[in-house]
Amino acid sequence: MNNPTAVPAAAARESAGSHDEVREKAPRKASSIELKGMRKRFGKDTVALDGVDLTIEAGEFFTLLGPSGCGKTTLLRILAGLEEPDDGSLLIGGTDITDIPPHRRSVNTVFQSYALFPHLSVRDNLAFGLRMRGESVAERERKVAEVAEFIHLGPLVERRVDQLSGGQRQRIALARALICEPDVLLLDEPLSALDAGLRGQLQVELQRIQKRLSMTFVFVTHDQDEAMVMSDRIAVLDGGIIQQVGTPSEVYEHPTNAFVARFMGHDNLFAIHGSQDDWVDTELGRLRLDMSEQRPDQDGWLLIRPETLELDVEIPADSNRLEGVVKERLYRGSRVEYRLDVNGQTLMAVASNLGQRLHGVGDRVTIGVCPEDLVRVAN
Amino acid sequence: MAESSRLAARNRGVVSETRHLLFSVAPGAAWIFAFLVLPSLYLMSVAFMSNGPYGLPQMPLSLDAFKQLAGFGFLGWSPGNLYTLVRSLWQTIVSTLLVVVIAYPVAYYITTCRERWRPLLLLLVVVPSWTNQVIRAFGWMNLLAPGTPLSDLADALGLIGPHMGLYPSNFAVTLGLVYNFLPFMVLPLYAAFEKLDKALVQAAQDLYASPTRAFWHAVFPQTLPGLLAGTVLVAIPAFGMYVIPELLGGGKGMMLGNLVANQFAASSNWPLGAAGAILMLIATFVGLFAMRRVGRRLGGGEEVVI
Repeated sequence: MNNPTAVPAAAARESAGSHDEVREKAPRKASSIELKGMRKRFGKDTVALDGVDLTIEAGEFFTLLGPSGCGKTTLLRILAGLEEPDDGSLLIGGTDITDIPPHRRSVNTVFQSYALFPHLSVRDNLAFGLRMRGESVAERERKVAEVAEFIHLGPLVERRVDQLSGGQRQRIALARALICEPDVLLLDEPLSALDAGLRGQLQVELQRIQKRLSMTFVFVTHDQDEAMVMSDRIAVLDGGIIQQVGTPSEVYEHPTNAFVARFMGHDNLFAIHGSQDDWVDTELGRLRLDMSEQRPDQDGWLLIRPETLELDVEIPADSNRLEGVVKERLYRGSRVEYRLDVNGQTLMAVASNLGQRLHGVGDRVTIGVCPEDLVRVAN
Repeated sequence: MAESSRLAARNRGVVSETRHLLFSVAPGAAWIFAFLVLPSLYLMSVAFMSNGPYGLPQMPLSLDAFKQLAGFGFLGWSPGNLYTLVRSLWQTIVSTLLVVVIAYPVAYYITTCRERWRPLLLLLVVVPSWTNQVIRAFGWMNLLAPGTPLSDLADALGLIGPHMGLYPSNFAVTLGLVYNFLPFMVLPLYAAFEKLDKALVQAAQDLYASPTRAFWHAVFPQTLPGLLAGTVLVAIPAFGMYVIPELLGGGKGMMLGNLVANQFAASSNWPLGAAGAILMLIATFVGLFAMRRVGRRLGGGEEVVI
């Protein structure tokens, strides 16, 4: 920002040489977000949000994760101002902006459909927000050149929107929002329309951009892998209610309830019939837990992560031991998945493929279950 | 050997495709040639002939018709025909603008209604055009004639002279044109509004556009193809309109269409009528060309008109 206004585009492009320089020129004041008692219904009986309280730290990569219809997109649209909550308040950077219309919020969105203006060139798309804010042509030119350099858009800037591929559109949509340097950037499933390879690449890139700008990102997705790869923290939503908020490892390793566990991809959930001291009874049999690892008042289900199971090894005396038969084997290259039958129950186990002898269908195996790896999960 | 036979096979394919195309296109092409191209050529040639004693064209070739059209008659120059041209353009522009102003909100309103009501509302827009144009014009005559409540009201407000009536007048012609062509604007605009991408509007709002600017930058460009299509459908027939100015306009409401028609009927001057027709054709093409340019500029280089 220390450049005077009338900088020729070429000079601006030159001065935006390295990324570090770009970062220095745009020092960010990241903003926190606070949602209090947020409620929203559509029509008579569709509850989108049922009292959401949430605090998102400044400069955090925060993900709203949940199945379709869980309220995550509604929440994002309320942050953008595109949806009005029935009840509750929204604070960004400590200021209540619940009643501020979208065009007066320093919040920008990357839309799921990208929503690029088809009648404008890429350059005009990028400059749109700046133009609406009344910035000068020279300033717009300089920032477009800067953001083009930053997101490696290169010659795309001169193209028309309909000449771009999906991945390119995605980057333009991101650049169009970032160029406004908002307090908060919202991303509504921006990667869902892309193929797997490109998606992985952009996941890494998005995360890198967020760290470099240290801007507050709120990301919406239904893909738990994507959420875990990218986020500092995740909120899992279902039925308009936040089920759990935590870091990816907290949410994956210690889900608070069966919904979160299942949504994070866990198959091995077994109902707990009864418990005594550090023992629980399940359909698999009686298993010992490490009670110091457990959260209180979490009862109902026992979660066994497939990757913690050990097949056919020396099992220490204080560990749990189960007997099972291999029902199915899925060879996935780097790892091998076994579907085991234990006491008539299906137990999934995953082993890294380290060149050991693989078990075949029908093999009897002994299964070691370490007490520290067992997690009790609420209903 | 194999190469040449493959080539032959491909040629056979091309030939059969060509033949197929020829058979399917030929009837229509022949029709257009016989009943549009040939008469048009004849009409154009008539414009360059002299006027015979009974109004029929005859040799020698001359530019008299165009001179008369430009206003040079036996008594020197008179601006009558020029007035008619200007009046036609003026009526076309004013009525098209009014149609846009009325149709735009109507089309938008219909798209906001429940889906099951929309066909009915569109039907209500279209239904009047199922009645004969002449009958509708007579309807307006009855509504606007001197002594009718509307005329008395206009009189009381001092808009017209006493006992003048709103009909016959240029105002009545404008009204008739607007009424007649409204459906042709509502339908394409409705189609444009129905496939409006709301995400673009929200993106504009998200990028600091106030509601007014969001309309101009995100809604209006999306409806532009419909708007221009509607303008073509309204302005071109309005420019050549015969019935409405004939019935509602009176002597001072004449438009180009009436001028041309008169030369073929009452005045019996075919060459002048043909010259008038050519003028209308040229004006129409100029108008279309201008709209194409406007459309391309507003539409970001995209072809929006035809």
